[in-house]
Amino acid sequence: MEHRIIDQQLNRLRDKILLLGGATEAAVNRAMQSLTNRDSDLAKRVLEEDKIINQMELEIDRMSIEILALQQPAAHDLRFVISVAKITPILERIADHASNIAEAALILNDEPQLKNYVDFPIMAQTAAEMLRAALDAFTAEDADISREVIKRDKEIDASYHRVFNELLEMMIDNPSATTSAAHLLFVAKHLERIGDYVKDICELNVYLREAAFIKHSSIQ
Amino acid sequence: MESKISISNLDFFYGKAQALFDITLEIPERQIVAFIGPSGCGKSTFLRTLNRMNDTIPIASVTGTVMIDGEDIYKAGTDVVALRRKVGMVFQKSNPFPKSIFDNVAYGIRINGIHTSKADLAARVQKALADAALWDEVKDRLTTSAFGLSGGQQQRLCIARALAVQPEVILMDEPASALDPIATQKIEELVVELKREYTIVIVTHNMQQAARVSDKTAFFMLGKLIEYNPTQKMFTNPDEKLTEDYITGRFG
Repeated sequence: MEHRIIDQQLNRLRDKILLLGGATEAAVNRAMQSLTNRDSDLAKRVLEEDKIINQMELEIDRMSIEILALQQPAAHDLRFVISVAKITPILERIADHASNIAEAALILNDEPQLKNYVDFPIMAQTAAEMLRAALDAFTAEDADISREVIKRDKEIDASYHRVFNELLEMMIDNPSATTSAAHLLFVAKHLERIGDYVKDICELNVYLREAAFIKHSSIQ
Repeated sequence: MESKISISNLDFFYGKAQALFDITLEIPERQIVAFIGPSGCGKSTFLRTLNRMNDTIPIASVTGTVMIDGEDIYKAGTDVVALRRKVGMVFQKSNPFPKSIFDNVAYGIRINGIHTSKADLAARVQKALADAALWDEVKDRLTTSAFGLSGGQQQRLCIARALAVQPEVILMDEPASALDPIATQKIEELVVELKREYTIVIVTHNMQQAARVSDKTAFFMLGKLIEYNPTQKMFTNPDEKLTEDYITGRFG
């Protein structure tokens, strides 16, 4: 039977989370651009649009609960709704990190530029690529790609440690740069966290496809 | 988990028409097994092979084996009355006898001569009614007609009647399909409670009911057993595409 009532609702849910994913991706990219291009208007836009993302989260929550209550999905349908319900707040948190980066950019853009942001764009690009790949893998329900993306989290972690050490040295060499360097340190931490969240999304993609819990797999 | 019932390569025919094909299935002791599947898939027919209720159909025939506690129930010389005492049955439509509440439950005890005295009979009736979660509701009206009970109460009376002769297995064929949600919930709670002492096989059209009460679920289609798995596996990640399509409503 092609036209189940639940199909319409599941399709709407899929559309919504893909919109949320797109908005989150844009927020991360814009936040980093606002920092590297010293574009405070763009930073403000990220902060403004975070409200829309929060709104989307609420709407997806409501739709997911409604489908669970009224349609009582089972099997793949159930795993889909559960995955969406769990991925949504992760996306919202990624967007929060983007907002935090934008806030840091607003402060840093008023200060003289500390250094050329070489590592940051690479780190941000890795995070953005991972996020895009995770969302594509969710759409395609591709567990293999999801597992590949999970491995890439190590790249972001490595960048983070590089940036961390570099900024630390900068603070020691030039104490007047400490405030700016501290803000940059937080930006690096936000990017590192985004990598972790993308990993969580990929773990849910694997659950959606295979009904397997790979999170905390060392304790299972 | 020890098997209470082992079914091997069971075929069932109505005359020349084959209704069940090569069913092999283990039913574990003191567990609840649900049979689901579209109408006409053979799940009720299969249920009725487990206490030879199909014997009453003249053209019916069975091949394969059904072992209960290691005994083949289809072997020559099987005491079918004793078998049905051991494997009780509750039907879709409650069918109390046109007698008092007490006499309905006492009936099986009396004809089987299970009781030792009048007091023992009364005690057994009380226990059966209590086990069927009905005692508190009927203890002051035991001598009134069973037809004065609500649909849900009548169904629990039929369960009490089945329990009274001390069965080990209870077969339930859509026991709650004619009941309202509250009466249904009571029956479901009762079924789960009864698992402590009995092995229960339940046929249901209500997928959520199977999900709520059963430990294992068997999915039948066109007389074949498509999948048999732990219920939580069946409803979150079934092995078979046909099962997935059925439980998610992809075909009628």
